Amino acid sequence: MEKIVKLASENGILIFSKSTCCLCYAVQILFQELRVHPRVHEIDHDPEGKEIEKALMRMGCSGPVPAVFIGGKLVGSTNEVMSLHLSGSLIPLLKPYQASLS
Amino acid sequence: MNSASTQFVPSRRMGIHEPIHQMAMWGDFKGLDTSPPMILEVEAKLDNQSEDTSHGIDGPSNKYDQEASKPADKVLRRLAQNREAARKSRLRKKAYVQQLENSKVRLIQLEQELDRARRQGLHVGGALDNSQLGYSGTTNPGIATFEMEYGRWVEEQNRQISDLKNALHSDIGDVELRLFVESGMRHYFDLFTMKATAARSDVFYLMSGMWKTAAERFFFWIGGFRPSELLKVLLPHLEPLSEQQRLDLCNLGQSCQQAEDALSQGMEKLHQIIAETIAARLLGDENYYQQIGAAYEKLDALVRFVGQADHLRQETLQQISRILTTRQAARGLLALGMYFQRLRDLSSHWSSHPREST
Repeated sequence: MEKIVKLASENGILIFSKSTCCLCYAVQILFQELRVHPRVHEIDHDPEGKEIEKALMRMGCSGPVPAVFIGGKLVGSTNEVMSLHLSGSLIPLLKPYQASLS
Repeated sequence: MNSASTQFVPSRRMGIHEPIHQMAMWGDFKGLDTSPPMILEVEAKLDNQSEDTSHGIDGPSNKYDQEASKPADKVLRRLAQNREAARKSRLRKKAYVQQLENSKVRLIQLEQELDRARRQGLHVGGALDNSQLGYSGTTNPGIATFEMEYGRWVEEQNRQISDLKNALHSDIGDVELRLFVESGMRHYFDLFTMKATAARSDVFYLMSGMWKTAAERFFFWIGGFRPSELLKVLLPHLEPLSEQQRLDLCNLGQSCQQAEDALSQGMEKLHQIIAETIAARLLGDENYYQQIGAAYEKLDALVRFVGQADHLRQETLQQISRILTTRQAARGLLALGMYFQRLRDLSSHWSSHPREST
């Protein structure tokens, strides 16, 4: 879906979320802990929310939210993010976007 | 009045063959208050009298006429009393039999309840944990199935622990040992699958941890053990470790902790949202069922969280297994199994030996 592709390419780290979704909130907390500040797009506040939801599900996100994009590519939902993190593969992906230590 | 024949059918079933014994019990039975010995006498005489009196009443022959006239009314009165006493006795017997029948039904009910409670209590490490019996029996078939399967899971777990112990003390090679490690890991993953199904049946039940022992519940986090806790328990038993392994495990520990914290905060937010949904507009005229329905939808999120926590547990176990050698992984699995076994044993010992205040 065009909107998804556009948003994903414009933002280093993008999370599609719903304002009431607590797993989305958990993923955001994790990213904060890892010193990155993702763009969060609440699809329940988007008039095209329903289409975005369907498109995300077609792309394989079972949630359908949270749907995490890093560097324009779909990483996945909570499961994928957690697996990546535990295997040590998430931080390398986030490195380019991490806030520098002052 | 009931005829004597209907009274005797239950008697046979009860197996009471001594009328005297029976009458004594009827006498004890709260109700009519004629004392037993008199009834016995009366009953015994009743049969005799009825034969005599039938002679006397039906056909007074001249032979008895004069002698019978004076005691006749006494006899009649006596007969009436006998009939009355017999009637009361039959009523008492009927009431007693009814009470026995009620008690039998109640006994069957109690046996069923006990059986249900035993299944819930016993299927946790094979020991009866009193706190388990406090859970009022559930009629949810999904949960009943889960409890049964969990009981079998624990039994299988105990077998695997024992097999692993023997394997490590023997001189089997790494290839064979790997099989033990893999089946041990699969056994934990089976549990997560069972829990996912149970969560769809009753997520509150799963989150309450009532299916586990009290000591395990003490350490509970979103429906199970804490992954970061797992690492802390295992680490001392995995030595000697290489530097790379030590580093990898340290990183794993940190990632695990971060993931756990994120999920915990997510749970807190969910907690808050559910509370707000239930508490919203309590005094309004809103449709009660709409309010309940809104809260109901939030419970789906709870199911997702439990699934996410189990996923974290599974990933942690898998990562540990990747970092370690086969032999280290086998020792780790054994240590983990024994850790949980100790918690279960502690619970059952604690609950069966109440502390006395000194």
